[in-house]
Amino acid sequence: MKVFAIAEHRFNELNPISIELLNLANAIKGDGSSEAVVIGKDVDNFAKELAKYADKVWKIEDDSLEYYTPDLYVDVLLQLFEKEKPDVVLIGHTSQGCDFAPYLAVKLNAPIATDVVGVDISDGLKVSRYILQGKLMADLKIKSFPCVLTIRQGVFKESCEVNGEVIDSGIKPSKQAMRKFIRYIEPEVGEVDISQADIIVSVGRGIEDQSNIELAEELAELLGGVVAGSRPVIDAGWLPKDRQVGISGKTVKPKLYLALGISGAFQHVMGMKDSELIIAVNKDPEAPIFTVAHYGVVADLFDIVPELIEKLKKIKGKA
Amino acid sequence: MKVIVLVKHAVDPESELSIAEDGKSLKDAGLVYDINDWDRYAVEEAIRIKENRGGEVVVVGVGEKCDDTLRKCLAMGADRAIKIPVETGLDAYQTAEVIKEAIKDEKFDLILAGFMSQDLNNTLVGVLLASMLDIPYATAVTSVNIENGTVKVTRELEGGYSEEVELKMPCLLTVQSGINEPRYVSIMGIKRARTKEMKEVKVTPTVSTVELEKIYVPPVKKAEIITGDPSQVADKIIEILKDRGLI
Repeated sequence: MKVFAIAEHRFNELNPISIELLNLANAIKGDGSSEAVVIGKDVDNFAKELAKYADKVWKIEDDSLEYYTPDLYVDVLLQLFEKEKPDVVLIGHTSQGCDFAPYLAVKLNAPIATDVVGVDISDGLKVSRYILQGKLMADLKIKSFPCVLTIRQGVFKESCEVNGEVIDSGIKPSKQAMRKFIRYIEPEVGEVDISQADIIVSVGRGIEDQSNIELAEELAELLGGVVAGSRPVIDAGWLPKDRQVGISGKTVKPKLYLALGISGAFQHVMGMKDSELIIAVNKDPEAPIFTVAHYGVVADLFDIVPELIEKLKKIKGKA
Repeated sequence: MKVIVLVKHAVDPESELSIAEDGKSLKDAGLVYDINDWDRYAVEEAIRIKENRGGEVVVVGVGEKCDDTLRKCLAMGADRAIKIPVETGLDAYQTAEVIKEAIKDEKFDLILAGFMSQDLNNTLVGVLLASMLDIPYATAVTSVNIENGTVKVTRELEGGYSEEVELKMPCLLTVQSGINEPRYVSIMGIKRARTKEMKEVKVTPTVSTVELEKIYVPPVKKAEIITGDPSQVADKIIEILKDRGLI
């Protein structure tokens, strides 16, 4: 199979998902080829890096491609795919990949599956993906080629060196972007940088109300840590945005990550899975957080946390 | 301004999930359905746009059983609803296709949708539809600013960053959660909703791109579970923390 991987970069850095896409491409290409496509203003360095893991790397360069826009990306990709017919197109399941992959699929008249974590080519093409916020998995049969898949980050980590060639495609956008990039907006900076904390007490939907954040704060103070939260808590405005742990917030690696009432959606898990010690408290025994935690407590956090606070107070009192 | 909002009547992932005998569906018992969480924000955003600039909000739902969700949107303040009574399941192409057909006579300025659905987590239907309609779009939108036929939005990126982009109307936006604070449905709203129009549009999908083979519980390692009453659990947690030198 001819498997294409669309590389991703921002702020002059290649997103590691680009290599992971090629790892998958190499695993499923069979007698075919793994071919990376890198799009931008000046992407020579990225092309060389990608060539280590690809049979071919297609460079598509133009001043108008300096910043990502979906229509220009799809425009140049369609020009390339007109000549180099793909069987499978792999794209990162990222804020950028989710944005243009479905658009590309429609224009290629190709089936699409998103957030894929497993690919099976033993009988046609089958993919595995999580549904219901990580609680169940589904296997899907893709009914025709070419197809477009967006791939979850951090899954296909095993690399093999291919050392292929870099090709300058010479392709230029054939139109103006329908959507104009204006500017990047930096993250808000708050009083506490949770990514520097050794101990994090993190709260999710299970905290139920803003007034209960105090409970987490009291526990964090006794442990010498800081309070962070998952998306629902930030969305509700109970904690500021700079306290959000997850892909769209911050990545943390503390010595202790105490997850209280957090279900463990993938978006969140990617931001905390490398913590040295993860203890999760959640009422739902099926919560995906228990698949990443080292220790789990299946209980209401409002039963456990006050006990912890009382006992820690006693210990502190003695010290 | 006419704003169309795509809303999904979706299984709540927090409800009791058990797989049916066919291995491809969920048992009905224990399932709770509600408006897809992301779509609540989309409906709220549409109603705010109408409140500020006048116009109409039309909500569109796909599925035999989506009445409750459509009624909820009407109670929130949407003006009318279009129901497409067809089961498209996992094939987002079909969902986008039937919506495109059902809204073909609606001269809209803006289509809003949730960034993803809480049941299938596909992040597909919005962009598929924009692409089929050949209109500009943006995904994971965290703010919307409309001026003279131009829409400026911020899109959520990774690591706390976002980007500002500009589109011309008509366009489609998929809305990220947290963009606003969705209003609660009032008793008055429910009363008013009873008189609002809910039109059924029958459309049959023509394409089929993917097929569900099976659903199953993910094969994963589990945490070591600490058991006991709250006091015992707290003692064990403290012991673990002491062992690690964290206390």
